[in-house]
Amino acid sequence: MNSAPAKGRVDGRIRRRVEHVMGMPISLALRGRHASSVAGDEAWQAVINELRQVDAIFSVYRSDSIINRLDRGELTIAECPAEVAEVIQLGQEAERVSDGAFSIRLPTPNARRRLDPSGVVKGWAAQRASRFLAALDDTDFCLSTGGDIVCHTADPSRAAWRIGIEHPRDPNTLIAAVPIRSGGIATSGTVHRGAHLVDPRTGREPSGVASVTVIAASLTWADIDATAAYVQGDDAARWLQTRPIRSALVVWADGTTTRLPKDPL
Amino acid sequence: MRRIVIWLASTITILVLLFGYHTSTNKTSSASAVSSSPTTSSGSKPSSSPSSTTSSGSNGGSSSKITTYAGSVAQTRWGPVQVKITVQGAKITKVTILQQPSGNSRDAEINSRALPILINESLGAQNANVDMVSGATVTSEGYVQSLQAALDEAGI
Repeated sequence: MNSAPAKGRVDGRIRRRVEHVMGMPISLALRGRHASSVAGDEAWQAVINELRQVDAIFSVYRSDSIINRLDRGELTIAECPAEVAEVIQLGQEAERVSDGAFSIRLPTPNARRRLDPSGVVKGWAAQRASRFLAALDDTDFCLSTGGDIVCHTADPSRAAWRIGIEHPRDPNTLIAAVPIRSGGIATSGTVHRGAHLVDPRTGREPSGVASVTVIAASLTWADIDATAAYVQGDDAARWLQTRPIRSALVVWADGTTTRLPKDPL
Repeated sequence: MRRIVIWLASTITILVLLFGYHTSTNKTSSASAVSSSPTTSSGSKPSSSPSSTTSSGSNGGSSSKITTYAGSVAQTRWGPVQVKITVQGAKITKVTILQQPSGNSRDAEINSRALPILINESLGAQNANVDMVSGATVTSEGYVQSLQAALDEAGI
């Protein structure tokens, strides 16, 4: 990188873009042929547009969102966009494989459970929207939605993306870094949102764990598995060993760590 | 030139995002956030004099003009944050935190004790050690805004 820019367009330089959607920073790093091309810009815009559409459907903070209307019984699933059924199915699958540690029906102060697929939507939406970027030939990308990341490297001869993992007790520092060519990486914890994630079976916050990072083939499941492991507290690492993930890092409340073995890629 | 600045600014994005990166990335770090003074380096690099307009780059070789870009102040839950970067020719020579949540108003430079290692190493290697950061859900508030503002000023 010290040398003068190559005459061709395929080089290691990274072009970055940032937008805010769903109250989160959406960051993109592109390198390769379309890092700075019009096609690259268009793909980025398509990603952002789709994430905005997803937000309009799934935001639990908007009373007029499709998902809230569905929850209130104003719509049936058949009347909703096809994505709703897809997400709900994913949520049910996640609930099944986690024995209820993950659920899209969250407990409320009264007996009723509230439909909230947020835990599925973020990773799923980013993974899905990343197809616009994957279609850029000879171009690598790294797409982050609020700290959950889809990585893609078009040419295996190019360097892997290096992803830092934030320290759960000090978000200004990293606790680890991992090279990823293609795949998803998600971290669950409560650093930025305050204590928020609860075990849907008990309504209680997990104990013993500070954060869980999961690397998997897709961000969709990396995100789900990280959340499901996190709410299981002391059982996080044990449960992750039953999952088809590539690797994981559990940071415990006392600052110690457990890494799950399989190397990424 | 513009492209170079863009590239540089994108590199510095990561550097600033990472503030105090621990070098022991490949080991299982059991250090709590409190013990952040690393063993590797005490950052003995000569820091260029703050906010000057020209100077002969001592180790950079080319002595082109120095430009600084200051980001706007971002209100974070930890307090206000503001970042400034200094570009000389094709190199970022310094990253300065103009304001940080601890409330001390004097400049705290990246290559000083609290925010060390990665920045220095990266500047030396002309290469960032990480490309992005995975963390528990990050909201749109926060110091990233300030950094991004600085990058916007720099031409991204």
